[in-house]
Amino acid sequence: MKKTMTAALALTIGLMAGVAQAQTAVKVGIAAEAYPPFASQDASGAWVGWEVEMIGAICAAAELTCEIVPVAWDGIIPALTAGQIDAIMASMSITEERMKTIDFSDKYYNTPTVVVGAKGMEMDATPEGLTGKIIGVQVSTVHQAYVEKYFAPVAAEVKTYQTQDEANQDLVAGRVDAIQADSIALDAFLATPEGQACCEVKGTVADDPAVLGLGVGVGLRQGEEDLKAAFNKGIAAVLADGTYDKINAGYFASSIYGN
Amino acid sequence: MRGAEMRDWLQPHRIFLGLLGLVIVLWCATQMRWDWLPKYAPLMAEGIWRTIWLLVLSVFFGMLLAIPLGLAQAAGPWYLATPARVFCTVIRGTPLLLQIWLLYYGLGSLFPQYPWIRESDLWPILRQAWPYALLALTLSYAGYEGEVMRGAFKSVPRGQLEAARAMGMPRHKILSRIWLPQAFRAVLPTLGGETVLQMKATPLVATITVVEIYAVASRVRQDTFIIYEPLLLLALVYLCLAGAIVFLFRQIEARGPQVRRPG
Repeated sequence: MKKTMTAALALTIGLMAGVAQAQTAVKVGIAAEAYPPFASQDASGAWVGWEVEMIGAICAAAELTCEIVPVAWDGIIPALTAGQIDAIMASMSITEERMKTIDFSDKYYNTPTVVVGAKGMEMDATPEGLTGKIIGVQVSTVHQAYVEKYFAPVAAEVKTYQTQDEANQDLVAGRVDAIQADSIALDAFLATPEGQACCEVKGTVADDPAVLGLGVGVGLRQGEEDLKAAFNKGIAAVLADGTYDKINAGYFASSIYGN
Repeated sequence: MRGAEMRDWLQPHRIFLGLLGLVIVLWCATQMRWDWLPKYAPLMAEGIWRTIWLLVLSVFFGMLLAIPLGLAQAAGPWYLATPARVFCTVIRGTPLLLQIWLLYYGLGSLFPQYPWIRESDLWPILRQAWPYALLALTLSYAGYEGEVMRGAFKSVPRGQLEAARAMGMPRHKILSRIWLPQAFRAVLPTLGGETVLQMKATPLVATITVVEIYAVASRVRQDTFIIYEPLLLLALVYLCLAGAIVFLFRQIEARGPQVRRPG
């Protein structure tokens, strides 16, 4: 009985949202910088990846017409608040700091955070292990916030990069000793010949939900409850009907939904 | 006399514009968000300092390179003139951003492949970003100013050089006493403008992790999601720097004797 009620409610909301969104497409902002395997451009310039497929699936399940709009990562929140885009689906972690400015849907994935360093160099993912090291992180990410909080006081230097690729390149070039990022993004880097030759995972950092957030959610403007409900419904639907697992299987060995 | 000068200067349009400027400044100061300033002030001071020394050193070393580059093109034998011309053409014909990236991500990532470089005492410097930034800015300035100096050397009347040679003056003395000072003086206003352009090129080094003032402003924007205020302050900083450069070159121009040209 309860299930039917929920379904009926979800349907009503979906219909309402559908009516509200029918005329105009929801502009979903993704980071213009490649972040494989979540979002990157293929040779023809089309966006592909786990997250791009998931945007399609979630929007379809939420009965939204979505349009993907690439936006520079460092300006993606201002673009949302200024109305250039209506939602952010760019592997953005749900954090208290961001909640001051924008709102989030439920999470759609959550992966551990790891430190990768040069082979043969003694270190681990703790402040003691990274004492005196040069650490590279992508700017405006939860990883930057984490590194600044835990490792910056003991590290020799913290260097920030516009894209994860630049940080990876500088690790290969030996300009930084270690980088911290999402385990999935770094696994993709370690699978490349360059990554294989130079570097290895040094460990998983101790969790701190206040900094690392509660997983990745859809970023939305505050007060847009209809759109938020629609996305939550879409996420719940793809999880329930197996679409999530199907897309996931195309990229990862196990589900990255997390706990 | 002072009072009269003051009255002359205080024209109605100047008073109006001055007041308008004051109102805009006051509006910005009171109506916009500046609460982030105390937290980022030390970082901004560091950034401004880094911008200044990058600019000063690149202009200094760039000029040292530009003089021989100009001389080689204006009066050198072909085996010096051709490489100099090729250098200037390549530097002036490619974007500075590309040069910076080629040096940092190209040349800079070749070094660690050689263990002897990685183990040398130079490595702690070579692994940082600023040497590549300084090198790229210096080469760029040298390329543009080499071309300017070529014209400057050619503009000094040949009769003077011939006269000096006829009087038995050694070649290096002709250069240091007659040729270079006059060439330099002729292009001082151009060099002032080129230095302002060079200052406006410095934000490009932020792309290779050199944290100068532009990088600090972006950092504030990224941390706080405040957009206009850091950018406005950044514009003000660059305006002040440009003003200082223009003032400095005016002082240098005013100090020496005026160039007298026949005709």
